[in-house]
Amino acid sequence: MKLVTAIVKPFKLDDVKEALEALGIAGMTVSEASGYGRQRGHSEVYRGAEYSVDFVPKLRVEVVIDDEDASAVVDALVRAAQTGRIGDGKVWTVPVADIVRVRTGERGPAAL
Amino acid sequence: MNAPLLAAEAAPKIDYAATAFVVVCASLVLLMTPALALFYGGMTRSKSVLNMMMMSVGALGVVGIVYVLYGYSMSFGSTDLAGLVASPLDKFGLRGMADGFNSFGYEGYGTIPELAFVGFQLTFAGLTVALISGAIADRVKFSTWLVFAGVWATLVYFPIAHMVWGGGLLGGTDAGIAAKMFGVVDGAAKVAPIDFAGGTVVHINAGMAGLVLAVIAGRRRGFGKVPMRPHNVPLTMLGAGLLWFGWYGFNAGSELAADGTAALVWVNTTAATCAAMIGWLLVEKLKDGHATTIGAASGVVAGLVAITPACGALSPLGSLLLGAVAGALCAFTVSLKFRFALDDSLDVVGVHLVAGLWGTVGAGLLSTQTGLLYGKGFEQTLVQIVISLVCLAVTGVLTTLIALALEATMGWRVDEDDEVAGIDQSEHAESAYDFGGFASGHRVSHGILPSGHGPTAAGGTIAAEHNDPTGVRS
Repeated sequence: MKLVTAIVKPFKLDDVKEALEALGIAGMTVSEASGYGRQRGHSEVYRGAEYSVDFVPKLRVEVVIDDEDASAVVDALVRAAQTGRIGDGKVWTVPVADIVRVRTGERGPAAL
Repeated sequence: MNAPLLAAEAAPKIDYAATAFVVVCASLVLLMTPALALFYGGMTRSKSVLNMMMMSVGALGVVGIVYVLYGYSMSFGSTDLAGLVASPLDKFGLRGMADGFNSFGYEGYGTIPELAFVGFQLTFAGLTVALISGAIADRVKFSTWLVFAGVWATLVYFPIAHMVWGGGLLGGTDAGIAAKMFGVVDGAAKVAPIDFAGGTVVHINAGMAGLVLAVIAGRRRGFGKVPMRPHNVPLTMLGAGLLWFGWYGFNAGSELAADGTAALVWVNTTAATCAAMIGWLLVEKLKDGHATTIGAASGVVAGLVAITPACGALSPLGSLLLGAVAGALCAFTVSLKFRFALDDSLDVVGVHLVAGLWGTVGAGLLSTQTGLLYGKGFEQTLVQIVISLVCLAVTGVLTTLIALALEATMGWRVDEDDEVAGIDQSEHAESAYDFGGFASGHRVSHGILPSGHGPTAAGGTIAAEHNDPTGVRS
């Protein structure tokens, strides 16, 4: 199993969700995140004082999937989140040792 | 409020329209202090917004008490002491007014009950003290602030109010400074100072006190390095809107009669405020590249401050000019604090002192009756400059003494750790915003349990609450 984590622009969430649903992915976890890569932050001005806001708001989308789905999911995520402009985010994959559905105690791929 | 109030002759006839007007205006001015709490609160960081709001409303509480006790007597009592202050004793506790028959005559109009005037003036005193708090946001002990509020109102505000409006040195009587400058006609100064609604008493006074306190209390930890940007701009805009609304009571109400001057004041106040907002935004756009929401809210306040002393003496066109200059000027001056490393946190100096000075001096330039720009000579402008300087000096010296005395006794600053962690927690045991349920805590005391069932000893009670199967927090 793999954990795919995508950092995306907040307004891209619906596109991402639809793309994953189209692949039959049954669930996801979304959390608010802040950070920067090449995009860096932006500046704001209050009463003449300029502030640099380094951390840009993003969403972190996480899905755990079967190994064979991994590359298709990553491709779908990238397509859905892409605008072509700086700050589109990142997608990465890490192996998952085990997974348990809390309600039933099912383990492994059955718990996905 | 240029002319002194005259004690009415026997059997006064109440002017009901004026009375209703003044009581409503007093209520509008009262709203300005909670409005200021919103205006200031939005500009602080989220960890200190409650303390900022408490400084405003707390000052109103303290000043409201001392005003009833002796503040009114010191400002408008009948025993004048050297033109500086009136005796706190002769109207102590508003003695003799409760029957409602005491009343004031005002320039040929009917009379209003003296208590209506007391209420109106009480709201001014509370607001003025609250204004100062913006200069020392995020860092001072609430207890020290409340003591300061009472002492400063007593030793600075009441005397200055007496000097300007109660027949003292800065007013238009034959004993005042203006009478010494250009002589006396018919028992009053030939060139009477113009301070219709409190440019000196309220704004120069509060602005100067803010400057002194910002210096004596010192800079916040990390000032100029750590970002200290406003945490809630909509709150500030809401506060500015309510201040604007309340300010009509402040300015038009100062006429103390529902008449043509009150209407002129309303229009002048609006004209100056609109022009100041646009003036600020224009400067900002040219200087920093953007017209900002905080800039609009600040421009509104700068315009309201500037028109306050002048609103009864200008034409609507003159008010547009006065306001536009006020907005543009303050948009520049708010940045100066960084050059001087002065942590006047919410720009009490940059907005209230600067716009208060400009409005007071500008009244001398633009007064339709006596203004320099109307070809009526320089006398009025000189009088305006002199009363501004006297007010600056008196406030500066007295506020310094009060602030140093409090520094030596109670101390101004909270602990460094408390300041960094957020003053709301340490001073008030509250936090303004509860983001996300899991961090919102659980109850450890009901506040009604006998001692021994407190947070440390009430293990059984707490355990029972933790086991509450509904999961509802109280």
